[in-house]
Amino acid sequence: MAEFVQLLVSGLATGAIYALAAMGFTLLWQTSQTINFAQGEFVMLPAFIMLSAIKLFGLPLYAAFGVSLLVSALLLGFGFKRLLVDPMIRHGVLPLVIATIALGIFLKEGVKLVYGAEALPFPEALPQGIWRFASVSVTVNDIGVLLLVFAMVLALQGFLSRTTTGRAMQAVAQNPDTARILGIDVPRMITYTFLVNAALVSVAALLITPVYLAKFDNGESIGLIAFIAAIVGGFNQIRGALVGGLLIGVIDNLSGAYISAAYREAFPLLLLIAVILFRPQGLLGRAEERRV
Amino acid sequence: MTRWLLPAAVLAVLIALPHGLKSYGIYLLSLWAVYAMAAMGLNLTLGYAGQVSLAQAAFLGIGAYVSALLTVNGVSFWLALPLAGLVCFAVGILLGFPALRVQHHYLAFVTLGFNALVFLVLRNEEWLTGGTYGVEGIPRPSLLGLPTQSPIGFYYLSLGFLVVLSFALYALLRSPWGRAFAALRENPTRAESLGVDIRAYTLLAFAIGSGVGGLAGAFYAPLVEFIDPTPFDLGTSLALLLMVVVGGSGYFAGPFLGAALVMLLPEWLRFSESLYLLLYALLVMVLMATCPSGLLGLWAQARERLSRRRPPPPVLETRT
Repeated sequence: MAEFVQLLVSGLATGAIYALAAMGFTLLWQTSQTINFAQGEFVMLPAFIMLSAIKLFGLPLYAAFGVSLLVSALLLGFGFKRLLVDPMIRHGVLPLVIATIALGIFLKEGVKLVYGAEALPFPEALPQGIWRFASVSVTVNDIGVLLLVFAMVLALQGFLSRTTTGRAMQAVAQNPDTARILGIDVPRMITYTFLVNAALVSVAALLITPVYLAKFDNGESIGLIAFIAAIVGGFNQIRGALVGGLLIGVIDNLSGAYISAAYREAFPLLLLIAVILFRPQGLLGRAEERRV
Repeated sequence: MTRWLLPAAVLAVLIALPHGLKSYGIYLLSLWAVYAMAAMGLNLTLGYAGQVSLAQAAFLGIGAYVSALLTVNGVSFWLALPLAGLVCFAVGILLGFPALRVQHHYLAFVTLGFNALVFLVLRNEEWLTGGTYGVEGIPRPSLLGLPTQSPIGFYYLSLGFLVVLSFALYALLRSPWGRAFAALRENPTRAESLGVDIRAYTLLAFAIGSGVGGLAGAFYAPLVEFIDPTPFDLGTSLALLLMVVVGGSGYFAGPFLGAALVMLLPEWLRFSESLYLLLYALLVMVLMATCPSGLLGLWAQARERLSRRRPPPPVLETRT
């Protein structure tokens, strides 16, 4: 039982980090129909930006995180949209899908060229230590991650549903044409979602890299899981991405421990296929959320 | 008759080409033929039915393993080949039937998960697939008593089958069934109003495309003579998708051109050593930004601009 609770908590914590990447993924899809196959590499890159800032300027981790927020916003937010998405999106979804796949390879190989193929240690972002409750022990880091992610989700939800800008962004997601008629600056709102995505992947990088270490190919697994989480939760719901991420994290941990270590990666995939077959709109999604 | 001129010329070059090449060059040519088959299958799904499949490498793998395991155990290649195709066709039906209930990008997601699952099964089920040790000593077939042990012999065999397959698919697309397809791609609403069962046609296209992937796999196994799960991962599916799109999805010749380009580009970029994947990715992005309808799309546009009288090229927007 104690082991079960431990696995549950650490699964939730990893899942929460995946959820951040999944939420960004969902946001990009909702507002601009971009299926970003480079999302995993988007989480990988900020880790190396932070490492560089620490090494080159001797910054403490949190200052380095600030630097990475800025650089990510510039490269993964603004640059990505301007250079890749804008020129391509009018040709339909497919060319952009191929282009983001290529972008993922580009980022991966670029990082490998500069930093090498070795996994680099990454400083802990949150306090370490273990809390014991009776026979159950959970790490402070896991609890911290969960609290931080929940705070971020609440803040993001608040921003999207309470502020004028946030509501305008939602309007763009639901119906860009009507939004335009109502005088909303659609391109600007889309740019905002790319910036929010850049911030989300930066935070995800800060939280997950101490666990996985900084390695050029980290994005492969993170990207696939974020993608599954987004679809399982409901492709048109931010809350859905959160639930999807948490669920995948827990399933991954529990199935690896209790069912089959060799097929550990298979369970999220089976969940993905089951959800698509039986509840294609996702666990929390509504069928006609978005016009086609 | 003039429209057969170019394909015949290309075929003549393909027949003459290996005589000037070393065995690695001939191996690459054979590999091209195999990938072109698989890409041709995917083109049916993507270019004609407008569905993104990210599992073509899985079908290539299933076909390769079916053919490898049967021929290693003494079954004739010529029996294993159709079986590989049939198994993949059946799996395609089973996978596509539920996934195509919901339109748009869902087949892409289901197939993505399916490819990753197939990879895991190939890696983990050692009793059947040999796991990471793979299957070795896959025999090469003989045709009418002619052995294909030599690289050039097997190349001609693959090329011959590629030609047969091209004719079969060409005939398929020219049949009433195939024409319903073109209608489907150009204007799905109108096609449906004319009595075309969109779902059935799309499903069949996906299943046939998958079956063709299995046939390609059946050739892949004896070509490399040793198979393990690595060449059938998601990366290969993406490469196959790239072949179709780069060549020009929905153009019959697209996969041939795309397969050649996607395979040769890394070879040409080898001079840049560690930079080559980087350059490759960059080239793909530039290509997608400048001509999203692929090289043949670009060619068609250029030709149309030169002579305004020709009808416009087909609309290539893929519904996802």
